[in-house]
Amino acid sequence: MAYSDKVIDHYTNPRNVGTLDKSSHKVGTGLVGAPECGDVMRLQIEVGDDNIITDAKFKTFGCGSAIASSSLATEWLKGKSIDDAMKIDNMDIVEELALPPVKIHCSVLAEDAIKAAINDFRVKNGMEAIESEKAHH
Amino acid sequence: MNIPIYLDNNATTPMDPRVLEAMIPYFTQKFGNAASRNHPFGWVAEEGVDYAREQVAKLIGASEKEIIFTSGATESDNLAIKGVFEMYKEKGNHIITTVTEHKAVLDACKHVEKMGGKVTYLPVQEDGLLDLALLEAAMTNETILVSVMYGNNEIGVIQPIKEISAIAHKYGALFMTDAVQAVGKIPVDVNKDGIDLLALSAHKFYGPKGVGALYVRRKGPRVIVTAQMDGGGHERGMRSGTLNVPGIVGLGKAAELCMLEMESEAKRLSALRDKLQAGLTVLEESYVNGNVEHRLPHVANISFKYVEGEGLMMAMKDLAVSSGSACTSASLEPSYVLKSLGLSDDLAHSSIRFGLGRFTTEEEVDYAIEVTKTAVTNLRNMSPLWEMFKEGIDLDSIEWAEH
Repeated sequence: MAYSDKVIDHYTNPRNVGTLDKSSHKVGTGLVGAPECGDVMRLQIEVGDDNIITDAKFKTFGCGSAIASSSLATEWLKGKSIDDAMKIDNMDIVEELALPPVKIHCSVLAEDAIKAAINDFRVKNGMEAIESEKAHH
Repeated sequence: MNIPIYLDNNATTPMDPRVLEAMIPYFTQKFGNAASRNHPFGWVAEEGVDYAREQVAKLIGASEKEIIFTSGATESDNLAIKGVFEMYKEKGNHIITTVTEHKAVLDACKHVEKMGGKVTYLPVQEDGLLDLALLEAAMTNETILVSVMYGNNEIGVIQPIKEISAIAHKYGALFMTDAVQAVGKIPVDVNKDGIDLLALSAHKFYGPKGVGALYVRRKGPRVIVTAQMDGGGHERGMRSGTLNVPGIVGLGKAAELCMLEMESEAKRLSALRDKLQAGLTVLEESYVNGNVEHRLPHVANISFKYVEGEGLMMAMKDLAVSSGSACTSASLEPSYVLKSLGLSDDLAHSSIRFGLGRFTTEEEVDYAIEVTKTAVTNLRNMSPLWEMFKEGIDLDSIEWAEH
């Protein structure tokens, strides 16, 4: 199976690999997936006082498409409000990276990671977690 | 050195130019049908086939009359298992095999179950070897066939064939082996090893694709398999169809070359493989899968914990290797062979199979070591699991959301 140029680009030059201080109240962390399934994503956001995401970092254990999906997600998150970030849909990622059907689960995982990170931030800061309307699992 | 480097010789091998040379005349000048008995075109083709039959027989210590040419090992496996079942089902309806067999054997066995047969799929030990006591305990007086592969395609583990066939024979069963990965690489002798049926494929030992053979014992005991295709009664009635003369000539030549070069080649390859393995297992948390003593000389299957196999292969794009990672299969299930060794799913996902071959050079192996080490290190720096491991977090203590 050949990868799209965008997957290869994100895989070869992953954006925003790293770790934020998860104990900070400004940082939300989402850890999704399972080692047994062959992919685990950790996505972190740092949020400013105006609820705008100022930084995003990821680390991913997974295939090229999983790494590219999380790299792309961090790019998209920076500068967005946490409300707008909540609207990122996995199909947007599928489209941008031209993922084949067998790799759609990588985009689902990235969306889950975004939502988990935002909710972690919300709960830390006294807001309610937002349940996703989609039931992926 | 040509990039990418081919280290997937268990999947297929490049054809040796000497094999191609032997085949070429049989496409255009010597194009006859080997079954044409009444003109020189047929005789010439038949001569080519007869010579190849001898070359193949010699490689496995058989008589040329015991070689049935087929389209490859999948057909040979099917013909052996279904053919034995159909021929001997009055005698008994039980077949024994193992869970680490190639799909051609496993699926042929499933077919036999549909035809009313009973099949026992024996587990293997952690190192991939079959427990002989387990085999003996599974034998019944209904057992007509024991089918155990010679060398495994994923981990290279070599089964104790002589001991296994002795147990099969003790209970009056036939012994069959899928020897696709072993033939041409290590000494295989149907008489010393007690083999009644053996499947082999040309493209695994530098011959052409689309041609293989089934060895069927003729003496002590005389084995017959029921044909699986109706037609002209070629190959002693066991496999109809006009013979693929150029392919068969190529198979024969490939067998002859392996016979001549096996000893030195096995030494050279195991030294290179050991160098590769030593160079890679200096990485922390890397594990060699399967028994390392009873192993084909050209294979090393290594798991690099905390990195995922497909992602790793993408980072090693200058190397052609394969992985037991689920992501390489449509089923999203990791390798059943590695799982049957008791490997956890995450280690199975992290495995890479290196398969060296006749054209692998030391320079290529050195390069492969460097590329792999760099890729593993880079991906670990990107892996949340590696970070957790380094922080001393027990990954089993985390409640993962299975998806």
